[in-house]
Amino acid sequence: MTGSLQHLGYDEEKLQRASQQLPCREVQAGMLLSLMGQPQQYCYPSVFIYGHGASGKSHVLNVLMKELELPHATVSCVECVSVSLLFEQVLLSFFGCDAASSLPRTPSLSDFVRVYRQQSSQSPAKQTRYIIMEKAELLRDAEANLLPALLRLQELVEDNVTVILLSEIVWDQFRPNTGCFEPLLLHFPDYSKGELQQILSHDAHPSYSAEFYSSYINILLGVFYSVCRDLRELRHLAALNFSKFCEPVTTGKVKETETHKLWKNIEPHLKKAMQTVYLREVSSLQWEQMQQMEETETGAMRGLSAHTHVELPYYSKFLLIAAYLASYNPARTDKRFFLKHHGKIRKTNFLKKNEKTSNHLLGPKPFSLDRMLAIFYSVVDSRVAPTASIFSQISSLVTLQLLAQVSHDDQLDGPKYKCAVSLDFIRAISKTVNFDIVRYLYDFLLQF
Amino acid sequence: MSTSSVSKGCFVFKPSAKKKKTLDLGSYFSRGCESSESSDTRFRLCHDLWDRIKTDTEDELNRKILDSLLEFTRKCSLTRQHSDWMSQMRCSEIPTAALMLGVNIPDHDMTFQSLSDQLQQSVTPHVVSVQAKECAALKHLMKKVLERLTDTVVALDDEDEEAAEQSAASLQKGVHCSLSALCDWYSSKTKKSNTPGKKRSSSAMEEQQQPPVVVIFKDLEAFNPKVLQDFILICSRYIERLPLMFIFGIATSPSTIQHMLPHSVSSLLCIELFQSLSCTQHLATVMDKLVLTSHFPFKLSGKVMQVLMSIFLYHDFSVRNFIKGLQLALLEHFHSQPLSVLCCKKKEALLNVMQLSDSNVERIRQLPSFKRFIEKQEKEEQVHLMTDDAYLKEICCRLIKDLHKYHKNYYPILRELHLICLENNVWETEDYQSAMKLLRMLAKDELITLLQRCAEILHVKSKKMKKTLVQMEELLAKFKQLDPASEMGSSAEDCIISPVKNLQKKTDLFQLQKTLLEMNESRRSKKLSPFETLRNEALDFIETLVKSHLPPPESQTLWEVCYYSSSATVRRHLNATPRTSIQAALSNPFCYLQNDSLKAEDGTVSNAAPDICITYKLHLECGRLINLYDWLEAYATVVSAAEGIDPDSDSFGKVDEVKHARFIRAVSELEFLGFVKSTKQKTDHVARLTWGGC
Repeated sequence: MTGSLQHLGYDEEKLQRASQQLPCREVQAGMLLSLMGQPQQYCYPSVFIYGHGASGKSHVLNVLMKELELPHATVSCVECVSVSLLFEQVLLSFFGCDAASSLPRTPSLSDFVRVYRQQSSQSPAKQTRYIIMEKAELLRDAEANLLPALLRLQELVEDNVTVILLSEIVWDQFRPNTGCFEPLLLHFPDYSKGELQQILSHDAHPSYSAEFYSSYINILLGVFYSVCRDLRELRHLAALNFSKFCEPVTTGKVKETETHKLWKNIEPHLKKAMQTVYLREVSSLQWEQMQQMEETETGAMRGLSAHTHVELPYYSKFLLIAAYLASYNPARTDKRFFLKHHGKIRKTNFLKKNEKTSNHLLGPKPFSLDRMLAIFYSVVDSRVAPTASIFSQISSLVTLQLLAQVSHDDQLDGPKYKCAVSLDFIRAISKTVNFDIVRYLYDFLLQF
Repeated sequence: MSTSSVSKGCFVFKPSAKKKKTLDLGSYFSRGCESSESSDTRFRLCHDLWDRIKTDTEDELNRKILDSLLEFTRKCSLTRQHSDWMSQMRCSEIPTAALMLGVNIPDHDMTFQSLSDQLQQSVTPHVVSVQAKECAALKHLMKKVLERLTDTVVALDDEDEEAAEQSAASLQKGVHCSLSALCDWYSSKTKKSNTPGKKRSSSAMEEQQQPPVVVIFKDLEAFNPKVLQDFILICSRYIERLPLMFIFGIATSPSTIQHMLPHSVSSLLCIELFQSLSCTQHLATVMDKLVLTSHFPFKLSGKVMQVLMSIFLYHDFSVRNFIKGLQLALLEHFHSQPLSVLCCKKKEALLNVMQLSDSNVERIRQLPSFKRFIEKQEKEEQVHLMTDDAYLKEICCRLIKDLHKYHKNYYPILRELHLICLENNVWETEDYQSAMKLLRMLAKDELITLLQRCAEILHVKSKKMKKTLVQMEELLAKFKQLDPASEMGSSAEDCIISPVKNLQKKTDLFQLQKTLLEMNESRRSKKLSPFETLRNEALDFIETLVKSHLPPPESQTLWEVCYYSSSATVRRHLNATPRTSIQAALSNPFCYLQNDSLKAEDGTVSNAAPDICITYKLHLECGRLINLYDWLEAYATVVSAAEGIDPDSDSFGKVDEVKHARFIRAVSELEFLGFVKSTKQKTDHVARLTWGGC
């Protein structure tokens, strides 16, 4: 399919080079080129390109811009913590440092337009200038006038400039309430399995033949294609497991052509990778170390989620338990649970109907500090003086994200908290202090 | 100072500079000291020990984990510079170390400090650490990272005008807050160091053309996940130009990373876990160095130790706070105990004994432990001791020597005992007894290994205990010779087993009991096997050792010199109780104000006390709801009495404006402190929030 990129306005050789770098995206690239027209022609003011992650949006544009040597500014919207950064980067790449520094501090959109016009009148565009905005979905959170203005920037600055927005979500989610100029929409579809195979085979290991690598990719896709179609992830996985794949070849046991034997060797290994590396339970570095180790030892390597145990000081444990009880029990049941002589409480009255839904399904409720401390003093088995260290433990539980402060930081008087740990976690904690938490939980009382 | 001004106005008087006199540490120390004559020596001793605590605890802590982290950073920066296929494919990942530090947050600062110091020394000059509280938004995080790396002020766009103008003036439209600025800075920096003309300072830098940029997130849990995600996304865009590296400080568990970062972000990181020493292990090393050693002359009594340990276990798990507690005890000891001049190395202590002043000699005579010592002496000797200072000093020298010897023997034996039975005090305790019983049932192999380890400790620890060591080794040799003999014993055991076999046939419960009893008796009456006799011998030997070397320190003469025993002081200083203090201040203002007119008997408040104390006292007499008017009346009566108004006159107990205002202020102060609050249940009433009365 190479050579399918054809356009009158551009050098044949350059197009050739570009199309070599764009496997499986010839259609989209061709479409873009025809939209762009010849370099000196005006292009459509704004183009919106969407497609899933790793479907080649940025790559296609970068390659085109670079190979065809077009004037362009690539801006990532994540990076632009303020609009001034965005403006500055655009001006910098079109007109150089002087233009960028002539922007005032905290520039507004009109400042940007003014400076742009000023500069472009000095050096008018001979070719279309392109502004490429990556992760354009973040523009929705910016000031309301930014996105509409960018869409018709060509009109505003009266220059041959085109804004290309790249996003992972569709245009319908962008459209502002007030209406705006509609950009041209262009969709980048996901790669098919064959295309993935073709692309992945490109980064073959230099010391092995291309066929060998592509047979490896074939096996890899067979295992992973059902769970993951992200090109970036697949490439990562391919790189990590390749050394294991070639092991029998380097040791001389198997020849490069004996695909079946190689498959038998690698298949269980890839299955394991799916459970660990792919989920980032184990980092790539650790994965490599695991490969070097003997099979038997790898059991000792534990993933991130295997470590959930947290060791806390004695009173912190009880504070956390008290917080959990306060978060998941209705306040009016405290009397029943924590008072020795609570008198008779009628069962029908006690179990209200509208509270039938489990509190655990509803999530933690906020509670006041007083209530938590009252519960704390009744569950802790010894007499505890209300010392400063008890209080400081509460705030350290908040920094550990085991409790969450609901009220504002400024509110010193009667702060409110929520308990942010799971039932399993609190059960493990209360087991270490011999406290049967289930007996104190309203939700579990219902069952008996 | 006065001003001759007719008009009203506000005048500022700056204090003249001459009056300021900075006191050095030593004079602070000696100011409130008991017996000032020896304060200089005591200060010096105290200072030395303080420094020793510092140096001893700093160097070894977390050594292992720091080393492995350094290794990790080095490896990461090296693989970046390789250009083989594997590392090329992987270069888009940001190497990340997840450092598990445990929940003892106060200790983390120390670790991070030494980590960044060591990184700067040996791996890279570009290390920056950030905390969650300074990075509420992404731009703040960026700003902090940039500023700390480049040592310049970075302008944020929407700062308030004044600050913006200032920084603009100083920077002339300086660096913008973006990573590309950082990249430029970095490339200029590395280029500069690569110019051949310049001589590079350190050799470590020479191997590395591109030292990594390390960003340390001190408290990952507290970061806003959104901020962190964006920051990582941005960084990954620049990873090719800027060799970044992250270190996450995690207090709880590694699964926090998964909670905070979605897959799309965590796939940009290459995370490796580093588990630091648990805080209890950490504490154990500190204890070994500072407490369980005879080289550190200052000691804590059992109770103080208990206070410190309970703070550690119950409250914070913080080794740093433990050390602080130790330092506090040290300071208090030298500050309040004049005889602490003797609390130092043996040679120095002997010198100091000779230089004791008269008053200090008298103090020695007053020491309870010394009194006990005198009582044991004969009459003549007693008189001699009480009157002759020189003789007393001589005796003191001897006693100090004894004390040091005692310490020297105490710790090795203690360790040994600790090894065997895990309980570290006197032989009367139940634990010790049960442990000994357990030992008496130990199998041979285990006993031998235990004894061997004990012997090792003795070997290392002390030369003076050679005799015991020899004995111990003899015992061990005997155990080893026993091998053939023990086989004989095993045949004897067979005989016992056979009745057990018989037992299985019988089903009657009563019969079973009977035979079991019989068996027990027969075993008791049976002649002890050679192994058993030897075991008993060994244990008796250990017991005599324990009894001769482990009497409690309180039984030693002159123990007050080295031991700090005021646990109440330590507890008051370290474990503050705000509520109790407030209540104490309100019910007994003399305690804080130290004004003689406020002195009162128990349970009453003098009517000259501050208004809030009076209102507090009066409110204690009320029930759950307090009538404000009654309260005011009572208050006015008390205050009138304080003003000396004649009780029979008309104005006595009258509420005037001033009293009214004072009362209202006092009540609102009580409300602020959380003792009362307004209520809607009854008009003109407030609700009490505390229980109990007077």
